[in-house]
Amino acid sequence: MKSPLFFASLALMATPALAQQCAATVAEPVKLRVARQGLTGQHLKVSLPAGCHANSSTPSEAFLIPLRLTWNPGALEAAGTEYPKAALEKYEFSEKPISVVSGQFEIVTKFRRSATAQPGPSSLTGKLRYQACNDKMCFPPKTVEIRLPLLLE
Amino acid sequence: MKTHLLRLIVVGGALAVMGCNTAPAGSAAVASVKPAEKRNAAPDFELTDASGRKVKLSDYKGKVVLLNFWATWCGPCKLEIPWFADFEKRYKDQGFAVLGVSMDEDGWEAVKPYIEAKQVNYRIMIATEEVAQKYGGVEALPTTFIIDREGRIVSTHIGLVMKKDYEDEIAALLR
Repeated sequence: MKSPLFFASLALMATPALAQQCAATVAEPVKLRVARQGLTGQHLKVSLPAGCHANSSTPSEAFLIPLRLTWNPGALEAAGTEYPKAALEKYEFSEKPISVVSGQFEIVTKFRRSATAQPGPSSLTGKLRYQACNDKMCFPPKTVEIRLPLLLE
Repeated sequence: MKTHLLRLIVVGGALAVMGCNTAPAGSAAVASVKPAEKRNAAPDFELTDASGRKVKLSDYKGKVVLLNFWATWCGPCKLEIPWFADFEKRYKDQGFAVLGVSMDEDGWEAVKPYIEAKQVNYRIMIATEEVAQKYGGVEALPTTFIIDREGRIVSTHIGLVMKKDYEDEIAALLR
């Protein structure tokens, strides 16, 4: 039987997480094997806490910050990015439904090997930028650094 | 009975910390109205408004001030801006002022077109890290402080609240 103090301590320990509300969790990418030719797809898995949403890649208004994944130059070149399908949701603060993503979603990047890439292990770095809110408040835009391990054939 | 007691302790512990924290404490908006004897002085600051004039909070002593931290990318802030413009218009002559402090990283480049489009009739400044820290870090927007005529913080609202909540507080302080 746990003591009441134990449960009170748990409540206190939970509070730093509250301050991180609406922070996206990005799954660490698994190593991507890249063939000498053709396109290779990478699925970046992202999740937002329940009750939170982020603007989609095509926000409803010009002043809103879009979901954006960018990759730095390296062994691969991004040939296209597929963002998750946006949902039009109405919130207490919005007059009209706004274009958002929420829950778990994937961003798919199609890569082609750059002309100068050498065979062997390597990595590519990128940035995921998003701005999240819940139904009452918004949180400053955040940028998550991504590292994609590669194995070039 | 024991289970009930434990629940009370857990919930009570969490609420106690949330009440002491300036960080957002949940999806619900947070507000706390303090009685006169418990009010703390609003930290003074000096910022520059859209027309390049210096704005010092201490220059507003003697007035009731609604100090709103906001950003162009914040949906709930967008809803509140017309309310604040309305308050400024209605209560200005009774010793009331709205001050808007933008948290936009891109500064005036993002803010000027926005306030022109929204026809904001009160003074807008761009926050500095120092000013945000003085007001608890401002981790969620909108964050609004109601300040009495003596320059003390009467209430803090984190997140969207009802227009009437602001109105009632302002009216009580202007009486």
